[in-house]
Amino acid sequence: MAQVTQAPSELAPSPDLARKPRFRARSDSPYWVLLYAVGAIFGLLIVGFLLSVISESWPAWQKYGLSILYGTTWNQSTGQFGAVPLIIGTIETTAIALFLAVPIGIGTALAIVHVLPARLRTVTSSVVELLAAVPSVVYGLWGFLVLGPWFATTVEPKIQSFWHGNFPFQGQVETSSLLLAGCVLFVMILPLVVALSRDAIMTVPDETIEGALSVGATRWQVFRKVVLPSARVGIVGAVTLATARALGETVAVAMVIGLNPNIAHSLYAPSATIASIIATEFQDSTPNEVAALCALAVILMPMTLVVNLLGRWLINRGAVKATP
Amino acid sequence: MTDVLEQLPKDPILERRELVKAVSARTLRRRSLTSKGMVGLCALAFVLALVPLVAILYSLVSKGLHWWSREFFTTSPAVPSIGNPNNVGGFANAIVGTLVIIGLATLLAIPVGLLAGLLVAESDSRFARMLRSTAEIMTGLPSILLGIFAYTVLVIGGEKWGITFPTIGYSGIAGAFAIGVLMVPIIMKASEASLRSVPQVVKEAGLALGARRSVVARRIIVPTALPGLITSVLLAVSRGVGETAPLIWVVGASIYNPLTWNPHHPMSAIPMMIWLNYNSPYPGFQDSAWGIALFLVVVVLFLNLGCRLLAAFIQRERR
Repeated sequence: MAQVTQAPSELAPSPDLARKPRFRARSDSPYWVLLYAVGAIFGLLIVGFLLSVISESWPAWQKYGLSILYGTTWNQSTGQFGAVPLIIGTIETTAIALFLAVPIGIGTALAIVHVLPARLRTVTSSVVELLAAVPSVVYGLWGFLVLGPWFATTVEPKIQSFWHGNFPFQGQVETSSLLLAGCVLFVMILPLVVALSRDAIMTVPDETIEGALSVGATRWQVFRKVVLPSARVGIVGAVTLATARALGETVAVAMVIGLNPNIAHSLYAPSATIASIIATEFQDSTPNEVAALCALAVILMPMTLVVNLLGRWLINRGAVKATP
Repeated sequence: MTDVLEQLPKDPILERRELVKAVSARTLRRRSLTSKGMVGLCALAFVLALVPLVAILYSLVSKGLHWWSREFFTTSPAVPSIGNPNNVGGFANAIVGTLVIIGLATLLAIPVGLLAGLLVAESDSRFARMLRSTAEIMTGLPSILLGIFAYTVLVIGGEKWGITFPTIGYSGIAGAFAIGVLMVPIIMKASEASLRSVPQVVKEAGLALGARRSVVARRIIVPTALPGLITSVLLAVSRGVGETAPLIWVVGASIYNPLTWNPHHPMSAIPMMIWLNYNSPYPGFQDSAWGIALFLVVVVLFLNLGCRLLAAFIQRERR
């Protein structure tokens, strides 16, 4: 195919045209030069991006060494920069969000594809996209001014009395907490989980489902034994991508988590994540502190990168599997 | 006759079918009950997923709409006092700031994004494949990292890696750069999909008539894919309008950033305004964030919906 499409520029002009040169076969090279130049600009931007974050963090690595990675105290005013509490906070909020988003997201996707009438499907799809388009600062505002107070006055005391104040629901109820941040994150990654796992579920061929129904399987048996196993790779990919999104979410989490860089021993304690600290501690910080924040960025980048690559790979593999 | 039939070995398939029938009849009641319960749970999950959407929209409208007035959109933030705590003014500086920042960012992102999208759609070279996967990864990275990038090369600037970068300081330019770099991979990915959907035969017909690659791209590929290209740009703009994190490091974080069209100055932006207001000690500012947030959501949804309608309209006009 490629050779056919290359041919016209290499054709020798016919004698007619050679006599009267109204048409001259010009080469494609300026076109490719332009495209590759723009591609190179994009590549340079990315390289510059990586270099700038790493080089900006260099003074911090020189000064504190790897203690940034394993230090357990993060305190800007005393100049102690250990990222462990922040890494744990990031993982905890993400875990809470996933704990809620995985069952509800997959259930919603199943409901959209196989339970709701087909007419509603397009409507729900656009509603999901609408939720995904809402800027994260709006989620943060809602979490801080509506969900937070409601959690502190109603939900959290109730859970606590039901749980007799035992782990993980012990301690004082506050308006900003790990639980609240996890719940806001859950609301934010839900559209992603729903949209991507819906796509995976829709790739399961109707014949397979009808085959299962014809041998007497009930609807739930079809879901559990046929639909979910066939769409498994795509659904895992969807959850992985949502994890990457949750790990890197900055503004909304910063608004509701309380920004207390200590290891939380309760879901009700305020905490902090890597991205939220990068966003909030930047103001009036010295070059030294900026370098420490950039070191945090260097820690966050591979975390999201690896999870992201894994998710993309799984989603692509799921799509390939579905279309043999 | 009947003896012969009885002597035949029994059909294993039939036998199995009988067995399945018997078992399934015995367990039907339990299975259908479980099924109803679990399908009901799926429907419940769907309803639960809609609750936050409704709650957010309700809060936005009920707490934000009453802030909308002429002054709210045309004046800059005022200074509240103890006697007049609700004197918060408007957010005109943020509207102008967002217009300038997003305008500049789009100017940066459209040529780079569309041409790079054309490259990865047209070429299968190793470089193009690398760019494609880089773009995919970039859309998933935390956007605050791009703020650090813009901070390093434009806000601080100076001599780095043998290149002298301009030192602009906290400015709209730095914000536009961060948002622009964020928009490029979004445009690239979305435009690649629509450029690839142009049928190969149409392109080859153009080449067979002796058109150069560039002519085929300009006269055939781009016009055919135009609705998709417009959608991809609007999608990136709607994403860029709502981004807060990359701006925090670069535009100068103050509610009272001046109303200016000059991108060399510190600027405000609509999402930045919400971010700063929520943190304000004045309850008036906190509450007025709802009005700004409602405006932001309306703008983003309008862009999102608008690009779809526009694409559908162009598609229909063409037929």
